[in-house]
Amino acid sequence: MLKHRVIPCVLLKDWQLVKSIQFDSFRTVGHPTSTARIYNSRNVDELIVLDIDASLNNEEINTEIITDIANECFMPLTIGGGINSIEDIYKILHAGADKVSINSKAIESKEFIQQASNIFGSQCIICSIDVKKENGLYKVFNRKKGILEIDPLELALEYQKYGAGEILLTSVDNDGTTKGYDLDLLRYIEKELSIPVIINGGAGMPKHCVEAVQNGADAVAAAYIFHFSKYTPNDIKKEMHNNNIYVRNL
Amino acid sequence: MGNLRSVQKAFEKVGAEAVISNDHETILQAAKLVLPGVGSFKDGMKHLKELELIDILNQKVIEDKTPILGICLGMQLFASKSYENGETEGLSWIDAEIVKFEFNEKKLKVPHVGWNEAKFNKKSCILFSDIDNQKDFYFVHSFYFKENENVTIATTNYGFEFTSAINKNNIFATQFHPEKSQTDGLQILKNFWES
Repeated sequence: MLKHRVIPCVLLKDWQLVKSIQFDSFRTVGHPTSTARIYNSRNVDELIVLDIDASLNNEEINTEIITDIANECFMPLTIGGGINSIEDIYKILHAGADKVSINSKAIESKEFIQQASNIFGSQCIICSIDVKKENGLYKVFNRKKGILEIDPLELALEYQKYGAGEILLTSVDNDGTTKGYDLDLLRYIEKELSIPVIINGGAGMPKHCVEAVQNGADAVAAAYIFHFSKYTPNDIKKEMHNNNIYVRNL
Repeated sequence: MGNLRSVQKAFEKVGAEAVISNDHETILQAAKLVLPGVGSFKDGMKHLKELELIDILNQKVIEDKTPILGICLGMQLFASKSYENGETEGLSWIDAEIVKFEFNEKKLKVPHVGWNEAKFNKKSCILFSDIDNQKDFYFVHSFYFKENENVTIATTNYGFEFTSAINKNNIFATQFHPEKSQTDGLQILKNFWES
């Protein structure tokens, strides 16, 4: 049986790992290489690293830091942030990452997703969608431009059509709040898709991850819970296992 | 393409010396070969052709019997043909076809992404030394290897049992990524290197 993945998600800013609260205030949580080493030794299912500076400031992909992180990882590593070209994806994969997470560029150009998945294969292309609620409606959120008049489901379906391998779905409202994932959002998107959905934003307790899987998540990503609580990825898996969810390595 | 560096550093981790190369002389002199790869079958074959590697590989693998390990797309390229983006002929070392996962009723997601068990049906294979049966390995693929000559050494369940590892003489391959499968994955690379 295919297992449900528990994926630590870490943010990179000025060579440090940080964690955001509702995408706004950032707290430094350690050195990227040592964090990667710890996650590797804890035998996590996968690791997602997003470079937030790169996407905001049009900065070049920092391949040096990606190489350092990749050297510590013998599990799948996804890198995202500031990806603007096919060349960027080459660079990231050559630095040792396995997948890339594309956000802003994908909103601008669906053809870019198609081109990337043709060259690198769908398995390599994660499309990341940030969502914020406005007047009761889910809308796509962009770090630079704010709320966009785009329905996240419509966007997800387009990404799927153009060759995305997975969707990383983040609720900006729930991010860092520890109140749990936005399950309504998850159901809204997931039930229409045939590619896997990784839910992100809001996990504060193992039971939140259980709820996410019960509501259709193929994988759960989380940051805050691992950096600022006593819970480890294994605690989450234990809770999932106790709820009859297939997980790896207990 | 793509994850070459991951494979190289995983081999380094288990004490092997691995060189990334498309140079004919380097390949001809190698004690062992690894053909990794992500991306599409058609692109994979196109690159092998453009780099004029097909004759070299046939000589090394079929005539000289040099051990080779195919990983993911690398494994699929060993087959006769693939139906990914039309029909493409492969290296044809194994009588097999590469077919897409299609699930209508069961609603399983494609690609098959994540950790899944490898059930050994040939535990004696050198690749599996010191690895327990039914351990999880990392998969990420939309097409699977449908073989006709009984070379399957492990299967994995995703809607049905599909071939997740093969061995035929000096030819070894895994659909999953040993380089991304932590301790058990590294052990497979070690077994291949030390065999």
